[in-house]
Amino acid sequence: MTIDRPLLRVENLTMQFGGLRAIENLSMHAYAAQVTSVIGPNGAGKTTFFNCLTGFYRPTRGALTLSHPRRGELRLDAMRSVNVARTAQVVRTFQNIRLFPRMTVLENLMVAQHNTLQEASRFSIAGALNLASYRRASEQAIDNALTWLGRLGVRDVAEKAAGDMPYGVQRRVEIARAMCAGPILLCLDEPAAGMNPRESAELTALLRSLAKEQGIGILLIEHDMSVVMKVSDHIVVLNHGKKIAEGCPAGIKSNPDVISAYLGEDDDSSSDELMPHERSAHA
Amino acid sequence: MSATMMKESDLSLRIRDALWASVVAGLIGLPLLGLTTRDGMHGLQVETRWPQLAAFIAIAFAGRFVLQTVMHRFKIAPKRRASTRPAPGVVDKGALAWLGAGCVAFAVLLPALFAGNRYVVDTATTVLIYVMLGWGLNVVVGLAGLLDLGYVAFYAVGAYTYGLLSTHFGFGFWQALPVAGALAALFGMVLGYPTLRLRGDYLAIVTLGFGEIIRLVLVNWGDLTGGPNGISSIPKPTFFGLPMAASGEGATFASVFGIDYTPGQRVVFLYYLILGLALLTSLLVNRLRRLPVGRAWEAVREDEIACKAMGINVTNVKLSAFATGAMLAGFAGVFFAARQGFISPESFTFPESATILAIVVLGGMGSQLGVVFAASVLVVLPELGRDFSEYRMLAFGVAMVLIMIVRPGGLISHRRATVNVPSEAKQ
Repeated sequence: MTIDRPLLRVENLTMQFGGLRAIENLSMHAYAAQVTSVIGPNGAGKTTFFNCLTGFYRPTRGALTLSHPRRGELRLDAMRSVNVARTAQVVRTFQNIRLFPRMTVLENLMVAQHNTLQEASRFSIAGALNLASYRRASEQAIDNALTWLGRLGVRDVAEKAAGDMPYGVQRRVEIARAMCAGPILLCLDEPAAGMNPRESAELTALLRSLAKEQGIGILLIEHDMSVVMKVSDHIVVLNHGKKIAEGCPAGIKSNPDVISAYLGEDDDSSSDELMPHERSAHA
Repeated sequence: MSATMMKESDLSLRIRDALWASVVAGLIGLPLLGLTTRDGMHGLQVETRWPQLAAFIAIAFAGRFVLQTVMHRFKIAPKRRASTRPAPGVVDKGALAWLGAGCVAFAVLLPALFAGNRYVVDTATTVLIYVMLGWGLNVVVGLAGLLDLGYVAFYAVGAYTYGLLSTHFGFGFWQALPVAGALAALFGMVLGYPTLRLRGDYLAIVTLGFGEIIRLVLVNWGDLTGGPNGISSIPKPTFFGLPMAASGEGATFASVFGIDYTPGQRVVFLYYLILGLALLTSLLVNRLRRLPVGRAWEAVREDEIACKAMGINVTNVKLSAFATGAMLAGFAGVFFAARQGFISPESFTFPESATILAIVVLGGMGSQLGVVFAASVLVVLPELGRDFSEYRMLAFGVAMVLIMIVRPGGLISHRRATVNVPSEAKQ
């Protein structure tokens, strides 16, 4: 697959909260059919970057441009979060899982296909009358949802309340839900957090195949270096809101700036007991 | 040996607890019971009533002690320690479906079962109005999670729409019904729009304010609404154009069907009318819940931010919930106006909103059957209490507290999934 143009271009992105500059002059690219990881110690501005990207924060300065295959160049920084997901098809997951806890797993995935289904239900009229066109769309949506649940290996919990599931299952359901929303750029915020080594190895393989098969761009925030090093095509390292390094996994592993950034702020590993994973850049 | 010690320590604990209760009772009772005023020779005189106060404290002590003993005896632990109750299971119980069908059958047969008992049918009609209002509010509060304390405003909009259209423009019940529904839905959206960014308590306060604004407009815009005098001689609904009346000019229901007119017929007709409207409401809400819009309502209740990340326009979802809820209240309002024949702002005060909300909360948020039971309890209980009406609110309060202790999630708190894995896809 030839890569002519980056899927996402981040140019001079700055995000300031009062006196705190969470992101400073960040420029980077992410490509379709590739996994691009954003790593860095806690508080480096990774999640802030995601929030800017997905319309939850309006950046102080800078441009976020998505080259949509059908809709052309889209400026994500000027879009509301709804349209980032709907028009630009940039879908994200959250660091602290945000499923709809009292709804079933399957319902969660149906909600992700809301816009398609809503259109098929024609202002709920065709839906209320249960016309064939709506029924077909609904069956397709269920099929799609079950397929994604199957790919993530959580199909057997389709009818359980999402909030009752174990942490690792919820993470996978959230990824399945994001895939149901039909992304061209998928932003995953610490998807391997709370997973055991076997689960995160499966996740690594899955993310690789998602990027290659579906041709979607994956942007990944992750602390688990074993995952990051195996899954990434490209890695961007942030520290204190600034990009300190960028490159292929091998190059990042041996980059002295990255090592010192991680070793210098080793203390953050105690901040969250739910994420018992390696913090070392040497992993 | 250790068992007896345990018992003794339990006993002393209970005594200490009861003593504490009597201290509280004493503090409350002192100004309420201990002191009284009486017209004396030199104006008001303060007198004391120590014996009564002592009796009051003794009752509090004994009551608390007995309560604790009973709870200890039957191993009823106070439930407040479980701070988070588990999420209600997503189960599909066939029993509830049968219960629902039984309720419908009973409702259909009720006028026959209580033939000639106008009071029962009348009360049942009132219950059904509240059931309908509860189902409407359930969309807003139970499904979309928007705490609305001004719901009665849309009920009023519906009632006044019919009242005005019928008295000024000669609209019939069936003509006014869609107009009132649409107008109430419009009001729902207009009043909902400013509240979109608010949540929880703030939303509740603002909707409470809107409810009062509507009522004050009704009171003060005398030219249009008749002010506090309201609107009277609102026509009754007709049976496909046939009025329910003693034979006068033109055909009536009784003359066409060749039966003798009795006033009871109209009561029964009104009952079946509201039953039909309520069943339609139930069908509509049940259907909407299974559509994308209904799932989006619940998703917004669960997590607004996740909804935005999924590309769901939260504004539209909330407004559609407000509009749907308001429309159903509008329908109920039209029926109310038609049934009473007279409406005034008196009927649309805050306690009415509170009652409807109580029905939804007691019934179990999101549960249709729960709303039916709660509406029956909340309407029938005050009716039963007519003989000792001073204690009506007290009984009402006690019932509420009891239900909240025994079933904090409402009478029926389980939730049915809106979509299932098709059976052929199950391995």
